[in-house]
Amino acid sequence: MEIKEKESVVVRFSGDSGDGMQLAGNIFSTVSATVGNSISTFPDYPADIRAPQGSLTGVSGFQVHIGAGQVYTPGDQCDVLVAMNAAALKTQYRFAKPDAAIIIDTDSFGPKDLEKAQFQTEDYLGEMGIDPDRVIACPLTTMVKDCLKDSGMDVKSISKCRNMFALGLVCWLFDRDLDIAFTFLREKFAKKPEVAEANIKVIQAGYDYGHNTHSSVANVYRVETKNKVPGRYMDITGNKATAYGFIAAAEKAGLKLFLGSYPITPATDVLHELSKHKSLGVITVQCEDEIAGCASAVGASYGGALAVTSTSGPGICLKSEAMNLAVIMELPLVVLDVQRGGPATGLPTKSEQTDLLQALFGRNGESPMPVVAAASPTDCFEMAYAASKIALEHMTPVILMTDAFVANGSGAFKLPDLKQYPAINPPYVPEELKGSWTPYMRNESGVRYWAVPGREGFEHILGGLEKDDKTGAISTNPENHDLMTRKRQAKIDAIPVPDLEVLGDKDDAELLIVGFGGTYGHLHAAMDELRAQGKKVALAHFRYINPLPKNTAEVLRRYPKVVVAEQNMGQLAGWLRMKIDGFVPMQYNEVKGQPFKVSELVEALSPLLTSPMGEEQ
Amino acid sequence: MERAQINSNPSPLGGSRWGAADYKKGQPRWCPGCGDHFFLASLHKAMAEIGVAPHETAVISGIGCSSRLPHYMATYGMNTIHGRAAAIATGCKVANPNLAVWQVSGDGDGLAIGGNHFIHANRRNINLNMILLNNRIYGLTKGQYSPTSPRGFVSKSSPYGTVEDPFRPAELCFGARGHFFARAVATDAPGTVEVLKAAYNHQGASVCEILQNCVIFNNGTHDAVYSKEGRTKNAIYLKHGEKMLFGENNEWGIVQEGFGVKAVKLGEDGSTEGQSAEGQVFHKCYTEADVLVHDAKCEDNTLQLKLAEMEWPVALGVIRDVEAPTYDDCVWQQIEEVKAAKKYHNFAELLETNDIWEVK
Repeated sequence: MEIKEKESVVVRFSGDSGDGMQLAGNIFSTVSATVGNSISTFPDYPADIRAPQGSLTGVSGFQVHIGAGQVYTPGDQCDVLVAMNAAALKTQYRFAKPDAAIIIDTDSFGPKDLEKAQFQTEDYLGEMGIDPDRVIACPLTTMVKDCLKDSGMDVKSISKCRNMFALGLVCWLFDRDLDIAFTFLREKFAKKPEVAEANIKVIQAGYDYGHNTHSSVANVYRVETKNKVPGRYMDITGNKATAYGFIAAAEKAGLKLFLGSYPITPATDVLHELSKHKSLGVITVQCEDEIAGCASAVGASYGGALAVTSTSGPGICLKSEAMNLAVIMELPLVVLDVQRGGPATGLPTKSEQTDLLQALFGRNGESPMPVVAAASPTDCFEMAYAASKIALEHMTPVILMTDAFVANGSGAFKLPDLKQYPAINPPYVPEELKGSWTPYMRNESGVRYWAVPGREGFEHILGGLEKDDKTGAISTNPENHDLMTRKRQAKIDAIPVPDLEVLGDKDDAELLIVGFGGTYGHLHAAMDELRAQGKKVALAHFRYINPLPKNTAEVLRRYPKVVVAEQNMGQLAGWLRMKIDGFVPMQYNEVKGQPFKVSELVEALSPLLTSPMGEEQ
Repeated sequence: MERAQINSNPSPLGGSRWGAADYKKGQPRWCPGCGDHFFLASLHKAMAEIGVAPHETAVISGIGCSSRLPHYMATYGMNTIHGRAAAIATGCKVANPNLAVWQVSGDGDGLAIGGNHFIHANRRNINLNMILLNNRIYGLTKGQYSPTSPRGFVSKSSPYGTVEDPFRPAELCFGARGHFFARAVATDAPGTVEVLKAAYNHQGASVCEILQNCVIFNNGTHDAVYSKEGRTKNAIYLKHGEKMLFGENNEWGIVQEGFGVKAVKLGEDGSTEGQSAEGQVFHKCYTEADVLVHDAKCEDNTLQLKLAEMEWPVALGVIRDVEAPTYDDCVWQQIEEVKAAKKYHNFAELLETNDIWEVK
């Protein structure tokens, strides 16, 4: 048996939607994270809710990337592919590296299974061009049945444990400590101990099967741990982290959290998550449409809550009028846009960054709105908190952009200590202004004071019509409109945001890679790979897009070559060109609905760089 | 269901400390003679009689002539965007349940662009007082037909007459499972104040249709009931538990006929009951005993709908007023229940509900 020391390994679990691949993947990533590996995961769901069993359209995948050092993405391709049936092998093999180990359940490769998966012959490995030596072919269903034959469980329940056998095999392959998995299962099924014990038995059986049968043929991988950051961790998806960020911000600000929303892929999990936490006083209203989602949030904001509305691009189209109302009324509001493929219904389950210009400009009138973007699943927490803080302290709607990739992906989340987070202080109107206060009176930061209904002496009427700067009454005075327009703009421009950070060869990079939002991991990994080849590369990744960090122009002008890489046709590049005189970057644009591939980025960027030691490539 | 105590509208104990002037602000800019002037005065008066303080009152409108109304209120409020008042008011009420929230819309704002929010606010039964100022025309955009304009209505956008049927607001409200519907004429201050107070006292979504004249673009649309004399002749004031009598001397009454209702003149109108043994036709006139007693509290809205849809006489007053759980109460009640049932009550405790591992 050969033990391969690896920096990082990618495992992809695939099977029918009902095969429990996500659970198997989750346990594996948790087990790995517990020993200190870094993790990044990504589920790949089919668009159909319940496609016929064994069919090509019904396959779902769950990819886990574990690393000794930091891993930034779920990985381009996998080192181990688990295919629970013929359809999974057929559709998922393209995600496997040429030398990947393949685990299959031979019981799910019968004539009918092969027909459903559109294989022509019984030699499915031959058809796919897979070397049989790389395959761990195991009669998995039979073995699970055998293992649980005395359990008293029915056939259906037994068959649900197949995923745990696969997990056991993978744990063996990676020399993982099963006790951690057992603890996880005992906690997860605390109310159904018999289910926990059945699953545990099957995991052990899978592990033993690997150990006894395949110890002579397969590799065992070992991913050691480097750069451990001690602490307590949990696995968290981007959408859940976003929801947690809002909860944390509301608690810090001492406000009720209100979510007005309408179900839309891939943002709905935020509605699901927040709806669970009524014990924290979270109010969620599932509205009649996207418009009402935003409108009710505007009403809740006026009423004195931290108001949030969550959606994806098509929903932003519908919400834009109510967002604009919050702009002119200068009320706090966070609008979450979990981007998906567009235009129109587009690719609902896929990931893009194509809403940036919509976020920046998609409203009538001069309508400046802060825009921030989360860089990773765990960063969704930070940016949801930051967006809430900006909204509440600067009395403005804020757009928080994530995307399907970071929203559904997960990472190890070091439990935050809310005490370490900056305070959130909304500009409540001081009591001493009673009698002299008018609705558009501003503090030293140019921010309108907030008078929440219920306070005597501060009764006022806001609205969508332009108001007089001094009195707050409706005004069509041309000078006043110009003044108010400038004040609204100046307020947004003055919002303090952190400087743009440069990673990598910040002093002598030949090429600066520029990106925003969910592509951070892929761009970082591409930079790392290029630097490992000895090239001089840096990365500047935007999380604050409007207003831009103060040092943006200086950073972007510092390097000989700049490539703006984004999953759209050049929206960030266009925004930067608009804001920075004479800045003309190169562009790397891809709109496939899929995350970037690190290998493709490296391939595309390499020609822009001279080789180390000045050699020609 | 027992009502949660956390969310009842603040009710005054004893007499109100507020007068109508305390709710009044600014100089309305509606056209002279516009029905909105009359309604506004009634609203100020009703609010003073209800006695919720101006700072605990929010008046939220959409866009349109009537939606300018919040600017003339000394309360909290918003004049928002077209059609969305009900949705915005919903968020405001749920987030700040101690406010008395009034939503003001015209027929275009409430039933055309805002139709979806109108029906869903009714279905949810959120505790809003929803005012529908119905002049059957778009006034602010200068004279297009509205969703309450009758078929064949000639307007700037229908020079040959409309070829579509209007909504009947009560029918829409009832179809959305609304629990409160009342109607008043803008010029009838006592009638308006009465329905507004009833709407406030009703817990849940309460729709008040205010028949209001547009002097410029649809003058005379409610002429039959706009004057006191007109109402005496052409309207019936419905009161829960009272006989449905109307006319100068209550000489008319509403009786049931088949599956419907009709107005009859007592002592004159009658029905053929059959023939006597001698072959004589037996004729019986309607008497007061035949007149229906109004039941606004009846859960079944069938007869209430018949009343609301009568073309003559026009039914005024509270037509339907049925108790049901309100959305905002239930939201907060559920929060209290879950708080009691769950063990985590802050962010730090929430984190601990997850599968956690420790890296040492």
